[in-house]
Amino acid sequence: MSEAASDIAVNELLRVNDIEVVYDGAILAVAGVSLTVPKGGIVALLGANGAGKSTTLKAISGLVRAERAEVSRGAIEFLGRDTAGVDPSVRVRQGMVHVLEGRHVFPQLTVEDNLRSGGFVRGLSRQDMARDLERIYTWFPRLKTKRKTQAGLTSGGEQQMVAIGRALMTRPTLVLLDEPSMGLAPIIVQEIFEIVAQLNREEQVSFLIAEQNINVALKYAQQAYVLDTGRVVLSGSREALLARGDLHDFYLGKH
Amino acid sequence: MTFFFETLLGGLLAGTMYSLVAIGFVLIYKASGVFNFAQGAMLLFAALTFVSLHDQGVPFALALLLTVVVMVIGALLIERLVLRPLVNRSQITLFMATLGLSFIIEGLAQGLMGSQVRALDLGIDDVPVFIGGMMVSQFDLIAAAAAIVLVTVLALLFNKTRIGVSLRAVADDTTAALSIGINLNRIWQIVWAVAGIVGLVAGLLWGARQGVQFSLSLVVLKALPVLIIGGFTSIGGAIVGGLIVGAAENLAEVYIGPLIGGGITPWFAYVLALAFLYIRPAGLFGERAIERV
Repeated sequence: MSEAASDIAVNELLRVNDIEVVYDGAILAVAGVSLTVPKGGIVALLGANGAGKSTTLKAISGLVRAERAEVSRGAIEFLGRDTAGVDPSVRVRQGMVHVLEGRHVFPQLTVEDNLRSGGFVRGLSRQDMARDLERIYTWFPRLKTKRKTQAGLTSGGEQQMVAIGRALMTRPTLVLLDEPSMGLAPIIVQEIFEIVAQLNREEQVSFLIAEQNINVALKYAQQAYVLDTGRVVLSGSREALLARGDLHDFYLGKH
Repeated sequence: MTFFFETLLGGLLAGTMYSLVAIGFVLIYKASGVFNFAQGAMLLFAALTFVSLHDQGVPFALALLLTVVVMVIGALLIERLVLRPLVNRSQITLFMATLGLSFIIEGLAQGLMGSQVRALDLGIDDVPVFIGGMMVSQFDLIAAAAAIVLVTVLALLFNKTRIGVSLRAVADDTTAALSIGINLNRIWQIVWAVAGIVGLVAGLLWGARQGVQFSLSLVVLKALPVLIIGGFTSIGGAIVGGLIVGAAENLAEVYIGPLIGGGITPWFAYVLALAFLYIRPAGLFGERAIERV
């Protein structure tokens, strides 16, 4: 937080500047969130249910507009460009992809068609599509054995892998990952976070991860922001936050 | 027994005409979750456009092509002027919009092309042919063949192309489709255009059968029981639903009709649909959500 401003700008992938999000023109869901994601970083967005984590991610990906909400104040810059009025599909093409809370696979489509659909936005040739699919299958070998299965019939962990794999097919530089641990067994959660860390190391994919599970999130993220009732109440490096020892209190409303 | 099968076959063939109308609804329902009341008006508009062009001496193939172009332009306009401004509104709002749209299209059709009954000659003689001793209408056979070709083309479109997979993705989960960059507006344009072309095929066959006139748009009301029986989300369901309605109407007219004084055809499909609502509300092939417990 103390680096020179120009230094930050060079390494910055995403900058969210004091945004406010209003649903239906009346309900304030996010009221003053600022955060940055550096290139090649993993940043966690922590907070209890209803703190505004999902809404913040949807504001960044542009999906808020699909829910009759809008960013009514502040600005979101991706790669130095203002995203106001930019269609969600254009944001995906620019390298930003959103993995929704609750996974949201296409249940009637096969696992492979789910993955392929992520490649459509890039207009891939047949060979490139096949090559990129193989790349996803090396990350998630389990999906290859289920490629012909309807995604709705696979397990929760597999659906999360489908959702992440589908997002990776868009070749993102930034993945907005919403609540990846939700409803999954700890061992599966760990498996998924390990893959996230590996993607980050080997492919320089950056992540902004909304999580309720502080322990898992802070094991992998370098930085974190804590949200409470739509505001950032705390932020800092993993070490600084872990040193406080009172993070859980924010979930219990003690601050 | 031959008579029974003849009645059944005649009904099944007539049923494919219902299926054709119902498919147009299913397409739009799947992609945008709305029961498009204007499908009948689109069908009338397509048939009227074709007849008007053909009457002015435009050759058959060219008139067909021009009508397809008109339907595609219409789809683009509807997407831009009606669907896009109403995105995310409730289903009933969208339904009301299509209701209004149907009157606009009908008014436009009659204003531009007149309201008198127009004969449409597709060059198919409606003479009976004999198959295995059963008398079958040649026109019905050709209409059924047209339906089969159309359905095959649609099945290939949906299962083998990227546009088709995108469309099924939108039908499954619109938000998720948006999240991976699928352009919803583009999908709507394509679906409405395809529904318009399906409407054209249905309009030509129905128009050739009963003349191109205002009442053609009322075939929507015949599609409703077909959709209830087959399910709103399945093209296969629309086909089977159409066949069931066609066969049931014909059989009921012949075997039950005399007992209660005839005139069964106009309402029998609705009674059948009501029975299905009791037993199987999602329809025969309606997609119930896949959910793990």
